Amino acid sequence: MKLAYYPGCTLKTKAANLERGALASLDALGIDYQEMPRWNCCGAVFSLADDDLIHHVAPVRDLIRAQGLGADAVVTLCSQCYNTLARANLLMRSDEEKRNTVNAFMDEEEDYRGELEVLHYLAVLRDRVGWDTLRAKVSKPLDGLKVAPFYGCTLVRPTEVSVDGPHPELFEQFLRALGAEPVAWAGATECCGSYQSLAHPEASADRAAQVLASAHRAGADAVALSCPLCEFNLGTRQAEILAGHEGSSAVPTFYFSQLLAVALGLEPELYRLDLSGAGAGQLLESRNLIATVAP
Amino acid sequence: MASVASPLHAESVARIRKIGELSGENIYTCMQCGTCSSVCPMVNSMKITTRQGIHLLQFGRVAEVMQAAIGEFCASCHTCVVRCPRGIDVPRVYEAVRLLTLRQNEDFITLSEIPRETLEQAPQIAFVSAFRKLTA
Amino acid sequence: MAPATAAADVQVKTIPIYIMGKRYFVPEALTIMKAMEYSGYQYIRGCGCRGGVCGACATVYRKAGDYKIHTGLACQTVVEPDMYLTQIPFYPANRASYDFAAATPTPETVYRLYPELFRCVACNACTKVCPMDVEVLDYVSALKRGDLEAATEISFDCIQCGLCASRCMGEMAQYHVAQLARRLYGGKLAPRAEHLKKMVDAIDGGAFAEPISKLKAMSPEELKKAYTERQMEPDMADESWRPTDRYATFD
Repeated sequence: MKLAYYPGCTLKTKAANLERGALASLDALGIDYQEMPRWNCCGAVFSLADDDLIHHVAPVRDLIRAQGLGADAVVTLCSQCYNTLARANLLMRSDEEKRNTVNAFMDEEEDYRGELEVLHYLAVLRDRVGWDTLRAKVSKPLDGLKVAPFYGCTLVRPTEVSVDGPHPELFEQFLRALGAEPVAWAGATECCGSYQSLAHPEASADRAAQVLASAHRAGADAVALSCPLCEFNLGTRQAEILAGHEGSSAVPTFYFSQLLAVALGLEPELYRLDLSGAGAGQLLESRNLIATVAP
Repeated sequence: MASVASPLHAESVARIRKIGELSGENIYTCMQCGTCSSVCPMVNSMKITTRQGIHLLQFGRVAEVMQAAIGEFCASCHTCVVRCPRGIDVPRVYEAVRLLTLRQNEDFITLSEIPRETLEQAPQIAFVSAFRKLTA
Repeated sequence: MAPATAAADVQVKTIPIYIMGKRYFVPEALTIMKAMEYSGYQYIRGCGCRGGVCGACATVYRKAGDYKIHTGLACQTVVEPDMYLTQIPFYPANRASYDFAAATPTPETVYRLYPELFRCVACNACTKVCPMDVEVLDYVSALKRGDLEAATEISFDCIQCGLCASRCMGEMAQYHVAQLARRLYGGKLAPRAEHLKKMVDAIDGGAFAEPISKLKAMSPEELKKAYTERQMEPDMADESWRPTDRYATFD
């Protein structure tokens, strides 16, 4: 099964700390993949209007690129990209009329009929590596690290594209395989505020504060997430959120792939803690999971 | 006896039809249980709740729903549709309400008013998703 | 046999074309630009270098019975029967003001000055309309993912005709954004051509002063002789070939 990798706009720059560790881990785990050529931005959100087809063109074109690579499946890291590509894929499979219209419109491309699978990286770990194999390759188990897995919205809703059905356990299984202790918490599938961070930053900050408070109440040392927008809302903006919400406590945030890279014993430049929020490096250091992080 | 076919009524009918076409949803099966409001992460910022919005739509009072900023604050989290006991695709309904404004070439956010710091710090997906949902 | 002297004796095949909806018969081998002038149009806009590089004469046309939009430069594109055309000499475009010297060469500078970049929905209308076959969507995608170098490479042939901006669903002026990227990359990020600097310094330092004054002192016959007997780079020479008389080196 040939795997095409779709990065998404943010992963080459601001979210390099999501990409680097993830790809290096695939190499360490012996999984073959190829970044698809000439990919474009997938659009990040799936258009919900019945008559709107132009907004599906972007993700479908990416699926065509993957198909051009001879791939059977596309793997992606960013939750929003996962959601958009997966829903566009379902649309092309299920709606004949729309499929024909989109293919006819994109007359400069090959036709696409939903032949590929769209996978999130964690599902690839579960199905193509296996938790036992992953556990065996962990050289630095994250012992004693209590991690709140943050699925957010786009990994689990709507149900037809959920990475793990209506009651997901994928993220928790992943964390256990790394030797960490997943924490059960109310905020696991709540919304981080999403793009409202741009339009209504205070309302979005309130939302993020609630998510962080929920993690703190559940006794989490850290929150693990899979989306650069969640990281922006919960991590990058955390100082601002703590300042604006009395009584709230800091909870460092990590991309799941950073924890994976640390657990597999990969080089520090691969998990780029310098791009993570305050407290992330120090937490791992204090648990002797990494060497001293330069200030 | 007064006729109900006033211009305001006709406009409401046209708009409610448009929402039905754009969303493909039948909002008349909503039984007003309020689950959508209780799970909505942005409900406190809206002028009326998610549930109240559907109720007003059932009465054809579309203009009020457009002004209640529900579509504007919605974060497309999709919790409402996953929890709705009637299976109404609420995100599609509010996307349709949003589009009634957007398709008049009216934006919900102004690009030139985005602070410089945000333009430099926010991840690209924040801009892409915000502009797709909130600009015409 | 007597040569034809009257212009009326010369038979020229003409074809119908439609300029802004009005039909004209023009000689079939003319470019759109020449055909428009033949038809009596006088250019005061929409015409520049007449050589395919200035971007002034962008033309949009359709063909009979075909819904597709075609584009080309009027000075380069030959007319076809029933071509249905108009020129778009100017399309309003947003051009940000900035201090180039102070601008940091990062993608964030581009995002800050042109946030409408993110309104791109990847519809590809821009690439389809480009008369220079620039892969516009590809460079917009490169810019969105922060790759200034790729955007520079891909947008290199752009002549800023503005057709992409006229078709953009996101209402951005792609070519202005690309130009900013090229200026930032070329001016502040790309490696410098050190060997070029060496040669320029050598010239300024007088390395070629003597041979040039020798040439200036030659008579026309001597110059012609020197020219015809000059050493030339062999056809299949590789990169290591050098002339025997050298006045400066860069390696």
